[in-house]
Amino acid sequence: MSTRTKEVTSREAGLSPEAEAILHRPEVLECIQCGTCSASCPTAYAMDYTPRQIIAALRAGQLEKVLRSNTPWLCASCYYCTVRCPAGIQFTDFMYDLKRMALQRNLNPRGSAEFYKATVSTVDRHGRSAEMELMIRYYLSRFNPLGLLKLLPFGLKMLVRGRLPLLPHTIKGRADLGKMLDHIAQEGEA
Amino acid sequence: MAYSYYPGCTQEVSTKAYDHSSRAVAKALGLELVEIDDWNCCGSSPSYSLRDVATYALNARNLALAERGVPGGDVVTICNGCFGMMDKTNRRLAEDADLRREIDEALAVADLQYRGTLTVRHLLDILVKDVGREAIEQKVTHPLEGLKVAGYLGCAFSRPSGIDDMEFPTALDDLLAWIGADVVDYPLRAACCGGVLMMGEQQDVALKLVHTLLAEAVRRGATCLATACPLCHLNVEAYQGQVNSRFGTDLSLPVLFFSQLLGVSMGLGTEELGLGEELVSAKALLAPFMT
Repeated sequence: MSTRTKEVTSREAGLSPEAEAILHRPEVLECIQCGTCSASCPTAYAMDYTPRQIIAALRAGQLEKVLRSNTPWLCASCYYCTVRCPAGIQFTDFMYDLKRMALQRNLNPRGSAEFYKATVSTVDRHGRSAEMELMIRYYLSRFNPLGLLKLLPFGLKMLVRGRLPLLPHTIKGRADLGKMLDHIAQEGEA
Repeated sequence: MAYSYYPGCTQEVSTKAYDHSSRAVAKALGLELVEIDDWNCCGSSPSYSLRDVATYALNARNLALAERGVPGGDVVTICNGCFGMMDKTNRRLAEDADLRREIDEALAVADLQYRGTLTVRHLLDILVKDVGREAIEQKVTHPLEGLKVAGYLGCAFSRPSGIDDMEFPTALDDLLAWIGADVVDYPLRAACCGGVLMMGEQQDVALKLVHTLLAEAVRRGATCLATACPLCHLNVEAYQGQVNSRFGTDLSLPVLFFSQLLGVSMGLGTEELGLGEELVSAKALLAPFMT
């Protein structure tokens, strides 16, 4: 009995402060492991760990494995898990947290955040976004001219119908928006 | 009744038909939509995936501009994504004092202030709940009799907002029935289109979801889909070619915004409803109602 207690204590002591901290989050503490989230998730079949397994892995101190997994990046934000969870866990928002944590530690799978980064850089510079510009920036950032080429027939179809946005509109308050975002960055958001 | 209107970035070019037709039907129904002056992008899930406070700030700027432009007028969005992001921001600001302080400070840098007086709405919700069945039916001059439509509402209209049933929302089917359409029973009405996954490394996963959505609509006899979100709309409309080559199918289903179908039933014109911009033409399908 005492040996076992000692083992558990030493395993917990070996956790990084972040892995230790996440054990105290309500999502991890309150989950009843029923699997409703995983069964409800339309993309779970492609995930390294299903939503239920994510919580189980965190309880087992496997934060790094969770952050290296493709799971958060397969969340399409449909909120089925959130609205069905019998424990009231806001799992979709937790997925967003995991994405931010993975990025801060540079653990996210290669390429997983490139489209998001392209979007944010367009929005922050212009105040608006435009899908076509985003797609082009995204494929260039992935050194994938083939992807760009595959986009061509689709782009042409959109173009003849006057639906191809090449450049985003730039808002008048762009400078003010920039100041707001700088202010927040200085306040310590990653 | 005056509302602050938030068109959303997609509506500037690639789905401008949604913006045009929304403005046209709102006007015909006596709703005054005042576009938010110099609005910015809501950031959507890409921005929220990378940073939370900055994304709330993007949305708070729009809320502040809306409150200044039309005091006391609710904000009307037409994109499920924009609606979800702006509604989330509005709710979080009301319940989290620390976040509120941070956002107030950021707004002050741009000489803006948000007092938290607004409610964020979706145009479809306003039509169904505020305008209502009677007023809409009165405006219908060209009921869409015999048009077999599957209403595809998608996720973020009712999840997590709760403005409609979170499993089986009825707003879109109700509206389609009021304008005389033959509404197909479509169990996938609130299922996921893959959202932003269509634009990145995980496109295959999104294509699979879109394939299921399209194939089921066709199997149930739908001759077109009606949508209430430009992101759902683009996923189910613009990727049909890729779905076909990936799954060996021959799907070719016209996709229309609910506002376009509503406009047709009210006798509005092709031009103001942005008809003819579909990737799969709906011309023959709508011809019986366009007189």
